[in-house]
Amino acid sequence: MINISLNNEPKQIASDTLLSDALIQWGFGEIKIAVAINSEFVPRSTYTDRQLQDGDQIDIVKPVGGG
Amino acid sequence: MSHTPTPPAKDFTLYGETFSSRFLLGTALYASPQLMRDSIVQSRAEIVTLGLRRQNPNDRSGDAIWDFIKESGCRLLPNTAGCKSVKEAVTLAEMSREIFDTDWIKLEVVGDDYNLQPDPFGLVEASEILIKKGFKVLPYCTDDLILCKRLLDVGCQVLMPWGAPIGTGQGLLNRYNLRTLRERIKDVPMIIDAGLGAPSQATEAMEMGFDGILLNSAVAKAHNPPLMAEAFADAIDAGRKAYCAGLMQKRQTASPSTPTIGQPFWHQQ
Repeated sequence: MINISLNNEPKQIASDTLLSDALIQWGFGEIKIAVAINSEFVPRSTYTDRQLQDGDQIDIVKPVGGG
Repeated sequence: MSHTPTPPAKDFTLYGETFSSRFLLGTALYASPQLMRDSIVQSRAEIVTLGLRRQNPNDRSGDAIWDFIKESGCRLLPNTAGCKSVKEAVTLAEMSREIFDTDWIKLEVVGDDYNLQPDPFGLVEASEILIKKGFKVLPYCTDDLILCKRLLDVGCQVLMPWGAPIGTGQGLLNRYNLRTLRERIKDVPMIIDAGLGAPSQATEAMEMGFDGILLNSAVAKAHNPPLMAEAFADAIDAGRKAYCAGLMQKRQTASPSTPTIGQPFWHQQ
């Protein structure tokens, strides 16, 4: 297992988990989202190539009203 | 004989797209998604702003807002609200481009938590980076002439100076700076963004020659947001027509409007 943070909350996940699998596991599979890891934008096209690392800080955002 | 209104001196064109409405409306702070939807309709806006935030996947409370925004058919203008560094703003802009499928971004780099004043240095730096990445940047900036010139230097084709700090409803706090901006930067669309509280303030900004108005709180915080949205739309139209018509010069002394020749009851003393 590795320790990561998801939207600023600590979480554990199996080593070598792909981002695409983690998103399904966390319930984001069908939802319109965008992802950044360690403050870097992660394009959707790379989710299936991106292996999560110990200490990764993952931000997942959804649309909200804004001014 | 019918009177044809004077047509606007120039179209409202932002990054090559022409809009018939000069009102850009925010989608936050409404008491309900339905009020937001009705306000968009009544505002006649063709551009709405929106944002991105961390959310729990099980929390679907924001879905209705997003659905209504999509249904509105408005052009989306995502913001980078709350970003305090160039890095944060650039990353959020990239996330917005993917999720909303638009390269337009209302760029906000907050320089101070108290008045949410834009960080001019970060704004220029982030604008330059984003424009090189292919974004069409609409920077939320202060009314500082030199900052605005620097933003144009790095490739911004629209400027969005504040009227007053976000959410204050104070109106046009620095008319001298705003007039100077309009006089010195004539050919770039400028939208007064933030700080307006009343439709009369929007009219004044449009009479000064600004090209459009972006606001959120003044509508969302009204007792009747859709009605206030309509009031702002009418006020913006009125201000634009007045600008195109050309305001009279102010005078220090009174000048009768009714002819003085033929005044009855007047006798040579």
